[in-house]
Amino acid sequence: MTIQEAKFQYLLRLGDSSLIIGHRLSEWCGSGPILEEDIALINIALDFVGNATAILGYAATVEGNGRTEDDLAFLRGEREFRNLLITEQPNGDYAATITRQFLYDVYTYYLYEALKSSKDETIAALAEKSHKEITYHLRHTTEWMYRLGDGTAESHERMQNAMNDLWMFTGEMFDMDEVDAILIKEGIAPDLNTIKEKWEAHVKPVIAEATLQVPSYNFKQKGSREGKHSEHLGFLLAEMQSVHRSFPGAKW
Amino acid sequence: MTDTQWPVWEVFVQANPGIPHKHVGNVHAADAEMAIQNARDVYTRRSEGISIWVVPANAISASSPEDQGSFFEPSNDKPYRHPTFYKIPEGVKYL
Repeated sequence: MTIQEAKFQYLLRLGDSSLIIGHRLSEWCGSGPILEEDIALINIALDFVGNATAILGYAATVEGNGRTEDDLAFLRGEREFRNLLITEQPNGDYAATITRQFLYDVYTYYLYEALKSSKDETIAALAEKSHKEITYHLRHTTEWMYRLGDGTAESHERMQNAMNDLWMFTGEMFDMDEVDAILIKEGIAPDLNTIKEKWEAHVKPVIAEATLQVPSYNFKQKGSREGKHSEHLGFLLAEMQSVHRSFPGAKW
Repeated sequence: MTDTQWPVWEVFVQANPGIPHKHVGNVHAADAEMAIQNARDVYTRRSEGISIWVVPANAISASSPEDQGSFFEPSNDKPYRHPTFYKIPEGVKYL
């Protein structure tokens, strides 16, 4: 695998995760629990979609086959997507959305912090911009973790159920393969083991303070690195890509 | 019907350093931290500010509409209180 191929794959992982979780959050538009929170979530969704636009745009440039970020977003099939499994999990109730977002925000917080010193200048610049946004996402979801986890008996139970359902998707965030090995050697991407240490040290005290338990199982879902997804991604893509596929090349 | 909404917080945003925080509207929130976050999300999405204050709406005491006559009308015939007799020096902003 060449450095260019590794970089393209890596950018798809970053960009697809942002695109898919951004789309998931956008599904809350107009049905958030209160007006203020509806707007907050859509702000976060827009941050992710903006980040995806930039990263997939750069991925297309790196690939050099004349594809654009729109081609990558709207004309690939499920098996070609490289987003993390946690990003495609359904919104569920508000506890599930907040838990999913918190677990993922802590991950992106440390990942993008590391990417700010990537030797690839474009990646470093994109990370610099995104890290400010992520810092706010994390602040917002952390506050909700405390309030819902340590809230009423019902909110606590819903949060613990969400944690039990989603924890199994966190392991693969730190999986590394040849792509990572090449880019770590080039100083372009960080070693995910270091991100994992920071992630665990950050996530566990928040979960404890929210009076929640880290699930005791060791089971881990994985597959996104090879494009193997949960059953949810196909439905999400069918909706997200429908306009572009019905009206190819449409502009507005 | 009882109101199941969270308390109302009045939101004040400062647009630039050195000028007053200006009232921009209100948000619902369960506590101060969430009120600040909600204010950020609702009122500063288009770079409107650099600082936010939130104040519980029930902490604000207001004058009554009936007070208008006695409070404000006596100043209507006292134009000498306006600083219109001075020239504003060139280059002074936010005055």
